[in-house]
Amino acid sequence: MTILILVTWASFAVFVLAVAGRSIRLLRLPPHVRWEIYPVAHEKGRAHYGGSYMEVPDWWLKKRETSVLGELKFMVPEILLLAGVRHKNPSHWLRSFPFHFGLYLLVGATALLVGGGIATALGAAPGVFLGNLTAALAYVGFGLGLLGALLLLLRRLLNGEYREYTTPMDFANLVLFIAAFAVALGAQVSADRDFALMRGFFAGLFGGGTFEIPALLKVQIVMLSVLAAYVPLTHMSHFFTKWFMYHDIRWADAPLVAGGRMEKRIVAALGYRPTWSAKHIAGDGKKTWADIVTSRGFEEESK
Amino acid sequence: MTYKRVKIEEVSEPAETLSETKKEELVPLPAPYDTPESTPDFKPLDAAAKERYESDLDGTIAISIPKPKDEAEERALVEKFLAGLEKLFRVEDNWTFLQPLLLTMEHCARCHTCSDSCHIYEMSGKNPIYRPAYRSEILRRLYKRFVKKGGGLLSDFRNGKIRLNWQLVARLAELSYRCNLCRRCAQTCPIGVDNGLIGHELRKLFSQELGINSKECHDLGSVQQLRVGSSTGMNALVVKDNIEFIDEDMSDKTGIEVKTPWDKEGADILLIHNAGEILAWPENPGAFGVIFEAAGLSWTMSSEIAGYDSINYGLWYDDAQFARVALHHAQAAKKLKVKKIVLGECGHAHKALTVIADRILTGDLAIPRESALTVLEEIVMGDRLKLDPSRNDFPVTLHDPCNMVRLMGIVEPQRRVLRKIAPRFREMTPHGVDNYCCGGGSGFAIMSGHNFGDWRFQVAGRKKFEQILNAFAGEMDPAIPKYVCAPCSNCKGQLRDLFTYYDLWEKHKVLYGGLVELIVNAMTDAKPGFIEWEWH
Repeated sequence: MTILILVTWASFAVFVLAVAGRSIRLLRLPPHVRWEIYPVAHEKGRAHYGGSYMEVPDWWLKKRETSVLGELKFMVPEILLLAGVRHKNPSHWLRSFPFHFGLYLLVGATALLVGGGIATALGAAPGVFLGNLTAALAYVGFGLGLLGALLLLLRRLLNGEYREYTTPMDFANLVLFIAAFAVALGAQVSADRDFALMRGFFAGLFGGGTFEIPALLKVQIVMLSVLAAYVPLTHMSHFFTKWFMYHDIRWADAPLVAGGRMEKRIVAALGYRPTWSAKHIAGDGKKTWADIVTSRGFEEESK
Repeated sequence: MTYKRVKIEEVSEPAETLSETKKEELVPLPAPYDTPESTPDFKPLDAAAKERYESDLDGTIAISIPKPKDEAEERALVEKFLAGLEKLFRVEDNWTFLQPLLLTMEHCARCHTCSDSCHIYEMSGKNPIYRPAYRSEILRRLYKRFVKKGGGLLSDFRNGKIRLNWQLVARLAELSYRCNLCRRCAQTCPIGVDNGLIGHELRKLFSQELGINSKECHDLGSVQQLRVGSSTGMNALVVKDNIEFIDEDMSDKTGIEVKTPWDKEGADILLIHNAGEILAWPENPGAFGVIFEAAGLSWTMSSEIAGYDSINYGLWYDDAQFARVALHHAQAAKKLKVKKIVLGECGHAHKALTVIADRILTGDLAIPRESALTVLEEIVMGDRLKLDPSRNDFPVTLHDPCNMVRLMGIVEPQRRVLRKIAPRFREMTPHGVDNYCCGGGSGFAIMSGHNFGDWRFQVAGRKKFEQILNAFAGEMDPAIPKYVCAPCSNCKGQLRDLFTYYDLWEKHKVLYGGLVELIVNAMTDAKPGFIEWEWH
């Protein structure tokens, strides 16, 4: 049992480290130029048609109003219902939505198991309702996740347009999801229908006593642990990098403020020494960007 | 018949063309252009061009890459490409776009949601190499194999097959010029992946490392602009002379005295036009002069290098050229101590100087920049001109320049003006931030070498042409003059060439022009008939 607990905690550690590591790498990158796309969801009073503060005469003299509610109105249906795919690519949504929504339900079930485990370890007994809710979320989650992964795999196998863009590893990833969800579903139905054993295991994770679970459930725990650790190491980490794509790029419409932090970062970046070798740049690793762009370039090109 | 499938890795394989655009596959146009004869035949490349330039992508040539003389030269070019590829992902070399590029490289789910948003892919009849994800997936596989060096022996398994050779490099360079950089695909991506950015970054790699770019954008564009002051070739003396002539013409035509102020220190506004307007559509800067004078604005033009030409072609292919031109614009304004720069009717100039340069112009170069559309809206809606909408009693539709609208969020000012002064204004479908590119975006409007013009009008401009025909459905009778309002010089250049290609003016009396022309046409203080309904 100790090994199973170690595997689970190790998976959690890898998950956290992978998310943190990738986030830190992204946060440490230098500033980039503004590259927003409209609609920008936080544009107060204008997001519904895609307008910006730049529609206002002398906008720099006026207070820029943004709306967190506007962002939430976009983000909640986007995250929960995959509204963008549903609207723009409905046939893919039919496959992708069950997969993603299944994952959300499983995250919910896991949260309840973790909460229950901690509560048990602290001497409190989670109620029947929470137990039933956990089971319901997990069963529907595994079912939808399995269905979605199967449909996605079939689409990628049978539709040439998708197949050509799918790497062998993408196929393997889907197979991994299918296997893990199928084993989990089978294990729960056959060995732990009411999730009592699984709740015991989560209590054990937090030192809440010993537990005994059958082999199939152990396989399930290992497979799901591997999956949880693996996902943030892959392109599927878009579940959190999407935040950067929207907030740092797509919606990053804030104008430069004189003397502000961004201006300082830009000034620092202009001190980088590029090595682009085309004649009009002739980056030698010694000249800075500032040096290069304050020359007119054609002198270098005509040499 | 449909296009044959093209696998990603086929980009490296020898073939006469990877996937040629076929006229019979193009999406049919609405009436009265619904017969195959309505679309002119695609001119094949001549033998000399095929002999001299790389042309095996799709049977057309945008950037005229000379064929390497021998294998040694091919190898050297591939090595140079590889060096550029690595630089694209280095902080020191590409801080300007590194984060968006990395995120796009790492997180595409290959769901193809972006495909149907692309007017080029759609209207070509779904030529697989025009799929927004096609060039991105090539770059992604190269990045993972050669930059991240991921996968080792398992690289094919992890990242998909790709073989780097000159064939791939040359095709990829051309392929980066089969995208208008309108970023409609990026707007559509639910994750936030930006396939439009990939076209931009590839063009940068080729320009900044290999010196491969479009001659129209580089030699005749940004280089000439930095050398003489304008990509049109006009120096300060010539531009002043031309504007003086335009002022006289406008004064005669409208009865409103116009004298453009030059280099007036302390003016409120530095107005910068796309200098192409001055040569191709002089009534546009002329109309600006009429409106600004009639509204009593304090304004000036600048005769400094680039100070009278808002064009910034670097936006589409080269960060260094972009920054150089943007700095010149800001320096011209700083020298005149103006309160703000107002950009005339030019979409890419709007985005370049207002949005992209926002994180380049620091300190005392951070002079406020504003769209002419908001200034015009303030004048029109503030009743600072006497206007008679009945003078504009003809069908009008509005083209939304991508750079102003989808990429800058200036959506309503021009509409509020049109609703007030054009009683028969109607929208295109779709419009606003969802609108389609005119097909001339990213430099295409000035590129027509070899048979690229055919591609530009038959493929890139086809969706816009369809939208315009639909906007005027039922009114195509040549007895009804019709007006496409396109407040952008590059878009107007594309519409001019597109309408000529399909004979739209001659057959159906559809004219194009800017917003200011419609405003002056409605001014009761001006003589009637500012819009002359003549082809130009």
